[in-house]
Amino acid sequence: MARADLMAAAARHRAALAAAALLVFPLLMPFKAIAVNILVQGLFAVGFNLLYGYLGLLSFGHAALLGSGAYACGIVLVRFGWPWWAALAAGPLGGMAIAAAIGALAIRTRGIYFAMVTLALAQCLYFIAYQATGWTGGENGLRGVNIAAIRLAGLRIDLVDPLHRYYFVAVFVIAALFALSRILASPFGAVMEAVRENEARARACGYDIRTTRWLAFVLSGGFCGLAGALQAIHLGIVPVETLYYTTSGLVVMMTLLGGAGTFFGPFIGAGLFGMLEELVSLWTVHWQLVVGVVFVACVLFFPRGVWGTLLAGRGR
Amino acid sequence: MSGLTPDLLAMQAFTGLALGAVYVLLATGMSLIFGMLTVVNFAHGAFYMLGAYLGLAVLGLTGNFWLALLLAPLAVAALGMLAERTLIRRLYGRGIDYPLLLTFGLAYIIVELVRIVFGTQDLPFDTPDALTGAADIGIGFFPLYRLFVIGVTALVLLALWLFLERTPYGLIVRVGARDPEIVRILGIDIARVWLVVFGIGTGIAGLAGLLAAPLQGASPEMGNSILAEAFVVTVVGGMGSLLGAVAAGLLVGVVVSLTALVAPEMAQVAIFALMAVVLLLRPQGFFGRAGLMS
Repeated sequence: MARADLMAAAARHRAALAAAALLVFPLLMPFKAIAVNILVQGLFAVGFNLLYGYLGLLSFGHAALLGSGAYACGIVLVRFGWPWWAALAAGPLGGMAIAAAIGALAIRTRGIYFAMVTLALAQCLYFIAYQATGWTGGENGLRGVNIAAIRLAGLRIDLVDPLHRYYFVAVFVIAALFALSRILASPFGAVMEAVRENEARARACGYDIRTTRWLAFVLSGGFCGLAGALQAIHLGIVPVETLYYTTSGLVVMMTLLGGAGTFFGPFIGAGLFGMLEELVSLWTVHWQLVVGVVFVACVLFFPRGVWGTLLAGRGR
Repeated sequence: MSGLTPDLLAMQAFTGLALGAVYVLLATGMSLIFGMLTVVNFAHGAFYMLGAYLGLAVLGLTGNFWLALLLAPLAVAALGMLAERTLIRRLYGRGIDYPLLLTFGLAYIIVELVRIVFGTQDLPFDTPDALTGAADIGIGFFPLYRLFVIGVTALVLLALWLFLERTPYGLIVRVGARDPEIVRILGIDIARVWLVVFGIGTGIAGLAGLLAAPLQGASPEMGNSILAEAFVVTVVGGMGSLLGAVAAGLLVGVVVSLTALVAPEMAQVAIFALMAVVLLLRPQGFFGRAGLMS
């Protein structure tokens, strides 16, 4: 009984729990730069999970949402010289704008077609970014997305220092997690899960399936766009590969690895994946082979992911 | 744009047919597999790439292009069947997303294995001696090899059509696509039919890769970008429709080719713009069934 209460409390304060974990996390990691990577990828996976895990829509075009956020942030910073906070706001806005456009087309299809159409539209954006060298830097990527230091209320945040950078990024990620938790707990969150579980029934109850899907896609674009902006500031460059479809594949994999449709799963998946990539690439240049094998094994043997399997074990 | 004579346009459109032929082969295999197994094969591009590399291997061993043309697709088909038998089959009945995700991971493995065996750099693939040069097709001289690609594609499509429409086994395949339950009740081992269909689909992808290799060389990544383009063709043509795959493949090839003439940098984008227009006007594609898409 006491354990059930504990679990219920954990579920209620999931965002706070995640925040606490993220605040301690870099102290446990020997390489701080990887910790920032995991943070950004985790937020990306969280944004993807909103659509795949909670609404049941498998998108293979989320690279477009991450990439448009990264480019929106980078372009206003490098080409227009906007201040850092405006550039950071441009990330989610860019992600949502692209998501609104891609979503409007893609939600006309369903299931397997949705995956194919989102992938194709994201590839379209990749080729546009590849050609628009004046804006995006084309093949060389958008360079010089640097913010050296920020003065805030007398505090000097030195973004060159990895630990400072981690906590700077973490503030935005944690804010996003609280927002996500709120969205999932809202009536809209309940409608999303209803659509996932039984579309015909949700439709019969009078819910507008298309609008729900489109809104969820746009919201997902907001989270992924923020992740993109944070990634651009973290890396100091927006490589054009951000938009390539392998990026979309990786986020699917991280989410699946951790556990789709769970609150903590995507972050756990991003963390495991980030460390696995780091370890394997120390050992061989062919780390993609390991990635492929882990992916296939995940699909075959752990379709619920690491966290999902743990939860299911607890529930029994 | 003073050089845009009707002859030039016609030539460019014909060049587009050769490019379209490769799309047609890819999309046909993909549509066949989807129509039967409801599996979207994300490894289709990887099998396409395998066709080019296995062809290169046979060519290196024997120096005979025709032998490569025969053996490479067969080898790819065998590998495809191995993948179906050992991996994909476990996922039937577990939701439509899982085979898709599995084949996505499989593509990673295949591409990386090819990198390990053949290296990461692009390899040239010589046009066979008998097919170099050009032939007069009435509007001008056209590279012989491209004509050959169009011809082989037409032959494969004809053979596939005869197989599906005129043989007893083809009948089983067609019925299996419509109602696997009934086929099973009639005492036919549908799992074996699925295995064969997956083999045919991946074999055709391998053939497409081999045919494309002399035009553009072989690289481990050659299947990556063409996968998205093959998706566009299947979506435009209508998923599961072979006729749609042929019509859309040729159309996409011609559109790319003509766009490349006036604005080369827009050629890739034109493919996806075409898909957006089709999705808006006819979400199920040219020959798709309306119920499938929404």
